[in-house]
Amino acid sequence: MHRALPVLAVLAVLTAIWYLGAWRMNTPWALAQAERAGVELSAGELFTETMRQERPRLPAPHQVAAELWKTTGEMALRGRAFSKRSLIYHGAITLGATLTGFALGVALGILGAVAITYSRVAEMSLMPWAIVSQTIPIVALAPMIIVLSNAVGIEGRTVPKAIISAYLCYFPVLVGMVKGLNSPSASQLDLLKTYNASGRDSFFKLRLPASMPYLFTSLKVAIAAALVGTIVGELPTGAISGLGARILIGDQFGTPLAIWAALFAAAILAGVLVTVIGGVQALVLKRMGMAR
Amino acid sequence: MNDTVIRADNLDLTFQTKDGPVHALKGVSLDIGKGEFVSFIGPSGCGKTTFLRCIAALETPTGGNLSVNEMTPEEARKSRAYGYVFQAAGLYPWRTIAGNIKLPLEIMGFDKAEQEERVKNVLQLVDLEGFGGKYPWQLSGGMQQRASIARALAFDAEILLMDEPFGALDEIVRDHLNEQLLALWARTGKTIGFVTHSIPEAVYLSTKIVVMSPRPGRISDVIDSPLPAERPLEIRDSAEFIEVAHRVREGLRAGHSYDD
Repeated sequence: MHRALPVLAVLAVLTAIWYLGAWRMNTPWALAQAERAGVELSAGELFTETMRQERPRLPAPHQVAAELWKTTGEMALRGRAFSKRSLIYHGAITLGATLTGFALGVALGILGAVAITYSRVAEMSLMPWAIVSQTIPIVALAPMIIVLSNAVGIEGRTVPKAIISAYLCYFPVLVGMVKGLNSPSASQLDLLKTYNASGRDSFFKLRLPASMPYLFTSLKVAIAAALVGTIVGELPTGAISGLGARILIGDQFGTPLAIWAALFAAAILAGVLVTVIGGVQALVLKRMGMAR
Repeated sequence: MNDTVIRADNLDLTFQTKDGPVHALKGVSLDIGKGEFVSFIGPSGCGKTTFLRCIAALETPTGGNLSVNEMTPEEARKSRAYGYVFQAAGLYPWRTIAGNIKLPLEIMGFDKAEQEERVKNVLQLVDLEGFGGKYPWQLSGGMQQRASIARALAFDAEILLMDEPFGALDEIVRDHLNEQLLALWARTGKTIGFVTHSIPEAVYLSTKIVVMSPRPGRISDVIDSPLPAERPLEIRDSAEFIEVAHRVREGLRAGHSYDD
């Protein structure tokens, strides 16, 4: 409860600001409607009107919650969880590409970090490019990746989406692992030298276990980045499924409720993914005896 | 008793730095006999740690000769001639105390049963029976350092090199560990090279005290201790002890100028 209280307080303030914003932003349309119908609205009636428009400028929180429920839980209850109108279906599409991209990005990040740790040449040649890669706007790169992967004959969108997602998420893993693999002190490395230990031993017995706390910290950043990458990959590419596509379609068809519901679905998905990794982290570090 | 195990002859080590060459060691000659307890004492920069690292083949001298067990330091390392104890215990937080002691044994390829046996023996030697299953953070600083000594002893090297092993511990713990170290030395008959900043520690422990001075790093005095092998802590109040400590202090003063 001690930990929940500040979070809940902030949540309450944000919700209040949101309601205030919805009321202000939806007022002009409500007034225009009333004028057309020739009725006078009291302040109370005006407020109610701003809270239940079908296409509000800014939907109120309860409207978003209702839309979210309608497109997830309610459909699941009716046994249509994987209908194309369900956010569960679109979320699963996005999740699939995210996890593929995450796996790819983590593998690349770890391999890159090992190369950088063991080779001065790799450090000097790889690191600057890794940094440059993150300065290129992914929105500009995404369509090119889609076109190129189509050109080389890759069917479907999961692979290009995963590539975009990996492109965003390898970087925190690379940086975290370079730091982690280099975290043993000089005397710890010297100690292994006095045992005449092989490079293999010093990697598996010292550098790798020493890097675990760094790895998990960067995995949490990476999984969120992977999700963002996938959604960005779904936006400019004419995809019709996935949470990103729902956001884009909602925009094109002028259904703000759909946009916001998809947005929240993405946020919830990100929260769940980060929590899962946090759980794995706690478990692994505890088994390694590193949690106190 | 007096077979020479470590022989340094006119040893030089010069580091090239941006500000010009630094003479970490210059003309260092010293013989260390089997079973001796030799302390190296001197101010920072006198090369005492560097000398120890040369013996361990962690640094390579730029001149002179150095042999360990009549081999080059590199060969001596490969034949597991020595165990090294650093100032920081450096135990792996993800291994238990027993797991940490097994580390060199795993690397050197001892079989499982022998690993267990050796862990049991060295834990007993450093008075840590029953702590094998604990993680390092569950132990005090002094106990961690004892565990790191156990780790250095586990593969039965004849020589123990210790680089300010008790430097980070408080006086009371240090006294206790010094006593234990002497007992351990008496029981095992190892040759010990011990770097320290503390005059009482050096005098209390050693059969031979090597006083060093900086710029360039060199030996300014070698004192063969007249103290008996049996040394209760009270020996530090004896006239003999005070005399040796005085000579060490004089040696330090002579070799060291505080002007620069």
